[in-house]
Amino acid sequence: MRNAFASELTALAKADSRVVFCSGDIGNRLFDSFKESCPDRFYNCGVAEANMVGVAAGMASCGLRPIVYTITPFVTTRCLEQIRVDICYHNLPVIIVGVGSGLSYASLGATHHSCEDIAFLRALPGMTVVCPGDSMEVRAVLRAALKQNGPVYIRLGKKGEPVIHKDVPSLTLGQAIVMREGSDVCVLSTGNMLPIGVEVVDKMVQAGANPQLVSFHTVKPLDEKALRDAFSRFRTVVTLEEHSLIGGFGAAVAEWLADQPPQKARLCRIGTHDQFFHEAGEQEYARERLGLTCESILHKILAIQ
Amino acid sequence: MNVDFVELDHVARGIRGKLVEMSHAAGTPHLGSSLSCVDILVAAYWGVLRIDSQNPDDPERDRFILSKGHAATTLYATLAERGFFPRAVLDTFTKSGSVLAEHPGPRCVPGIEAATGSLGHGLSLGIGMALAARIQKRNYRVIVVMSDGECNEGSVWEAAQFAPAQKLDQLAVVIDYNKWQATGRSNEIMSLDPLRQKWEAFGWNSFDVDGHDRKALIEILQRTSDGSGKPLAIVAHTTKGKGISFMEDDNNWHYRIPNAEEVLKAKRELKLI
Repeated sequence: MRNAFASELTALAKADSRVVFCSGDIGNRLFDSFKESCPDRFYNCGVAEANMVGVAAGMASCGLRPIVYTITPFVTTRCLEQIRVDICYHNLPVIIVGVGSGLSYASLGATHHSCEDIAFLRALPGMTVVCPGDSMEVRAVLRAALKQNGPVYIRLGKKGEPVIHKDVPSLTLGQAIVMREGSDVCVLSTGNMLPIGVEVVDKMVQAGANPQLVSFHTVKPLDEKALRDAFSRFRTVVTLEEHSLIGGFGAAVAEWLADQPPQKARLCRIGTHDQFFHEAGEQEYARERLGLTCESILHKILAIQ
Repeated sequence: MNVDFVELDHVARGIRGKLVEMSHAAGTPHLGSSLSCVDILVAAYWGVLRIDSQNPDDPERDRFILSKGHAATTLYATLAERGFFPRAVLDTFTKSGSVLAEHPGPRCVPGIEAATGSLGHGLSLGIGMALAARIQKRNYRVIVVMSDGECNEGSVWEAAQFAPAQKLDQLAVVIDYNKWQATGRSNEIMSLDPLRQKWEAFGWNSFDVDGHDRKALIEILQRTSDGSGKPLAIVAHTTKGKGISFMEDDNNWHYRIPNAEEVLKAKRELKLI
């Protein structure tokens, strides 16, 4: 996702002179092409995220379209007040991009994990929260985000994730993408869990079921039409996210559900639990330990059928 | 810019009187902080800023950010006096449904460049605006006014490191250094001094100035965009509660609200009645 982001960003900045890129001293060499083509619009803002967000808000107030970028917890939690006051209170079109979201940087330790960012940013008035599922969706959501007139948070994984879409999908923020039509279980996946979602529905198909898979790239605003369809037609609706069950995508769906009349489907939320992950290990290992693998997800879905 | 300093004295006394009235009528605190920075705003708005109250969104306008948002009444009274909105709007201050809250909201009235109230935000916003000028090839300047207590915030020092690295000489910060913060002497709470030298060491062109000497303030603020490649830091030595003898340097007036008798006494001292 990271490389797709850098490449799409460069293409968009070439075409739109309002685009300014602010990096929190990361992405060594990744943005060389951007720097070469738009040298006056690349700012390394140092390891000073609060300032970076304020600077971006100041730029946006003058008509520019800044994008702030660094590792997820540092561009979300670290500078949450600047996002709230400088960006959201002024309703400015700043795009916040977090890289290494969820457990992507598992091996770096919990300082670099981000399983709470959706919860924090989703609560901010006017903020759009987008979690693309693969590198194709990254390109599509970045294009769409630049057309928004308010703040957007884009939650990226790392590099080298499986590519699910064949091409860049035609995408509208707030409208989920149906990846596979089905009739019994409906799997709603957000962000970098999409490849696992594909695995899960493939296994279910092999077992004779007819599951539906939806890439729910926008967590806020929720695609209520897709949710109405899912909860009225299916027996079980599953939410997948590499984020805490507190305040994340599944929580947003549960909030929506609580406000509806009784629905046909039962909700099953898959995500991380209320704890830091203290062990060393890569993302795959952390997912295994936290129940985010295909097998454990299938097990959980079967258990509630 | 031709400046009539006798007229400015009159304007400043009028604004001070208005602040006392607003604090009394609304029952709002921070009067000492508001009085402290009156001369800085008068110097900026009448002697430095290239602004047109009839065209407040002109992309070429100079930008002014009151980062110490708790002195909002000073900004409101200044903008009204400078013609950005009718003076009568000041009488709605803090009333239910009014556009004028205790801290300024985004574009709550024409001339407000940034919503402030949480300290340590204005300088970064100002840097963003100054960089936007560079990117968009505009010539406007940016002035940010902070309080000394505000310099407790770490984000101020992030911004203080960033602006010189970007060689932003079209940016000026003025620190309203009245030596008090909400509940105590600034230097007893956090080690601020030597404040000018701190900004100097961070790479700013730094000056100490009497923050009530409007002529001196204007002269120094005119050094903004001097081609030096260094942003300007002005440590304006001020007196909290300035202009009203029984409020001067008395930190009780951070929170105290003047009664009717004190309002009259203040206005007499200001030669407004």
